[in-house]
Amino acid sequence: MSPQAPPSDHLARFAVSPARRRKDRFARIAIQIATLIALVPLLLIVYYLLSKGLSSWSTDFFTTDPTGNTFFKNSNIGGIKSALLGTIEMVAAASLIAVPVGIGVAVWLVEYGRTSWFAQTVRFFVDVLTGVPSIVFGLFIYIALIVGTGSSYAGYKGALALTLLMLPVVIRSAEVVLMLVPSGLRESALALGAPRWKVIFSIVIPTALPGMVTGVLLAIARAAGETAPLLFTAGATLKTNFNLSEYMNSLPVQIYSDVTSPTASVEQRAWGSALALVVMILLLNLVARLVSRRSRIA
Amino acid sequence: MTDPQTSRLVRDVDPESTPEQVPPVGDAAAATEAPTGASPNGAGRREPKTGFSVTLEGLRAFYGDAEQVKGIDLEFRANEVTAIIGPSGCGKSTMVRCINRMHEEIPGARAEGRVMLDDLNVYDPSVDVVSVRRAIGMVFQKPNPFPTMSIYDNVAAGLRLSQGRRGNLRPRVEAALRSAGLWSEVSDRLDEPGMGLSGGQQQRLCIARSLAVDPEVILMDEPCSALDPIATLKIEELIGELKERVTIVIVTHNMQQAARVADRTAFMLDGQLVEVGPTNEVFTTPSDPRTEEYVTGKFG
Amino acid sequence: MSSTPIPSGERLPLERSPLARLPDRALRYGLTALAALILVLIVYFFFRLVGEASPIFEKEGVLGFTFGEDWNVGAEQFGALPLIIGTLITSALALLMGVPVAVAGAVYATELCPLRLRGPLTILVDLLAAVPSVVYGLWGIFYLAPHLVPAEQWVADTLSFIPFIGGGLVTIPNYFVTGLILAIMILPIVAAISREVMTTVPSDHKEAALALGATRWEMIKIAVLPYCRSGIVGGAMLGLGRAIGETIAVTILIGDAPRLGAHLFQQGYSLAAAIANEFGEAQGLHRSALFAAALVLFVLTLLVNAIARLLVIRSSQGTQTGPPVNSSTSAATRLADTAAGA
Repeated sequence: MSPQAPPSDHLARFAVSPARRRKDRFARIAIQIATLIALVPLLLIVYYLLSKGLSSWSTDFFTTDPTGNTFFKNSNIGGIKSALLGTIEMVAAASLIAVPVGIGVAVWLVEYGRTSWFAQTVRFFVDVLTGVPSIVFGLFIYIALIVGTGSSYAGYKGALALTLLMLPVVIRSAEVVLMLVPSGLRESALALGAPRWKVIFSIVIPTALPGMVTGVLLAIARAAGETAPLLFTAGATLKTNFNLSEYMNSLPVQIYSDVTSPTASVEQRAWGSALALVVMILLLNLVARLVSRRSRIA
Repeated sequence: MTDPQTSRLVRDVDPESTPEQVPPVGDAAAATEAPTGASPNGAGRREPKTGFSVTLEGLRAFYGDAEQVKGIDLEFRANEVTAIIGPSGCGKSTMVRCINRMHEEIPGARAEGRVMLDDLNVYDPSVDVVSVRRAIGMVFQKPNPFPTMSIYDNVAAGLRLSQGRRGNLRPRVEAALRSAGLWSEVSDRLDEPGMGLSGGQQQRLCIARSLAVDPEVILMDEPCSALDPIATLKIEELIGELKERVTIVIVTHNMQQAARVADRTAFMLDGQLVEVGPTNEVFTTPSDPRTEEYVTGKFG
Repeated sequence: MSSTPIPSGERLPLERSPLARLPDRALRYGLTALAALILVLIVYFFFRLVGEASPIFEKEGVLGFTFGEDWNVGAEQFGALPLIIGTLITSALALLMGVPVAVAGAVYATELCPLRLRGPLTILVDLLAAVPSVVYGLWGIFYLAPHLVPAEQWVADTLSFIPFIGGGLVTIPNYFVTGLILAIMILPIVAAISREVMTTVPSDHKEAALALGATRWEMIKIAVLPYCRSGIVGGAMLGLGRAIGETIAVTILIGDAPRLGAHLFQQGYSLAAAIANEFGEAQGLHRSALFAAALVLFVLTLLVNAIARLLVIRSSQGTQTGPPVNSSTSAATRLADTAAGA
């Protein structure tokens, strides 16, 4: 090939102007930088959690209650045992209610309510619930169970506030997964003469199970990290107790109260608790992801 | 337009040659007449332009490791309509998408070989792929006007890329719409959304959009397969008019369409070029038995 | 079907016994009751909340409360305006700083990023949602806020001619750092929804732009972003809802000034922070005022979330007619749900 004119002449009139090239390059670089910026906070938080939190971890840290002696520099401030146990207790209690109720409502929405106006109303209200600020959940329970009754903070009230918080998450994620179950599956079972309830329990729910478990785990992870709903329902206390009708401590509330203390060792403990909390939540998220991989439909 | 004496890649003559074999391209470039700016039949055309020829040399296309187009040498002559026919999956769309380098947009896809736009290899590393796509336009199977833009903005979209907001684009938009045969139908509603038109009108809008940037070649990938017969007919008429300005390559699974619009037709099978020649000959006196089976409907 | 008359009292051959039908009935009515329970609960709580808030509304009137300029606990004078403005300022800051970064991240992940990196990148951004808000508050107050003071002071001094931005001493709890932390907190939601909408852009349109001779950025500008506009705005509004309702991080980082802070880098207050700080010891009218603040918060987040969902649904149906998509099927709204309002 040896044409007379240099080949690029042909495309000359189609050339991209330098200004366009500059804009393209500039835009792409800006986007890349912005993406990096988005990742920086995560890395910083992880770094801080690890560097400051790990050093406060010890067996004592997890097996002693906080002592409340936070005013003097060298006093023994204790560990986070009651907080850890409290979180586990209240979240477990909340899940015991939120999971069956949530899945039940989701099953109703998908199998019975479907597109009826009543179902649409329920969906709308679940939407409303999703957007409620978490402190308002605490206030709801406060109004219902503390105002005027003469009773005060209790672990189960905190658990109930967490239930309210978990409900919309469980319902929505379960609904999504249930809707993904192919209707053909239901129809063939029904066509074989199986009663509705059997189809739901033996076919629909097992198929949707991994997806629902994922949703539940994510809801639990969320509930474990919440502070505000517990402030005025479970109160705060230092001692471990297994009685849900008494004041109960929790990790987020413990961290919150430690944050406002000026003592350095308390700040240290706050980081340690934060690390424990984040590890717990990450583990739940990880398990949720692994479970969702086994799902055949979602 | 093209002198039959200078036609090169004729392969319909030798019965002894194996169907797979294809005569080498030879000195295709040397034989090219540099296209002049003079208009062929300039009467009534606003901007007389002659198209370029496009020549594929040893073109291979891959999706990852899978070879979809297995070595093609093919010439699309300037200002002619060449149709590519063949059964589903034979690689005709892939091959055509290599011409304007759209194939490489798919993750993991790549192409080898040369695609000569006149005497310039489109795959040369020094060539800017964006310019290539400006010079070689494409009309897709499903009409795809930009959904958030008006009719006017759709046609002007390509122009705005290179000109920005400077200059009055209206005359060029109007010219493009006229060339696409759509002006009379939309001149009074240029600000309405492009999606509000019928399927056939949308496709002509897409053609106008491609024409507005004044390409040398237009590739059409089954442009009428989503349209009704009347809209199809309108577009086929349009193709006949457009070939005076641009070189057209049209992929089609409809053999009657190829017979109606194309000067030359190429038949592809399983990633390879089986036969190419004047449309009439390919359909009535094909030299390769596979071609004959395909055009008589034995498979496909 | 034969037409032999059936003796009364016996069942039709194909009918099930009432006992066999019992589980079906029980399930149906039981579940319906659960669903109705949700409705009842929300309505009940809402009305009780209004009830608890009514004393302050009686005393100051709804408008008087909402637009009162002084939140003075001692004098029993409760004007919620500084709280509302504080909430709005920090949320606006969160949007201003968070949305562009989130959308850019989404564009990168869907259009520019090498395929192998897409998964890890998505996971990393989504991980931001797993950090509980109290940890954000902790990190903010002990790390971010002190580190930012020099920069903030520089901005306050250099831009002191702009009202509200400059002209004063920078304090550690302040509006700006609160807004910044909120921006980080809403990043994953906005990014996830933007990503989701961007992946639904039909490749048709992107190819049309590229085939026309557009550079990559030009293609994004004319084919991707306009198509996703309402979805991105919906995602931004969901982020806004989250920012408005956020309590703990804001409480830690905004301070407790009963009046509007003098400028961006000073303390302020917000609706949620006031409740968190004061509710424990509030009595009588004070408490009623805090309930009223909660009511305002509730209504605000309700409105914002309703608009947001409308926009996200509308965008997932695209601008062409097609089968309506249930917006809750998107993983992104799922993420938004699990991370919403702390």
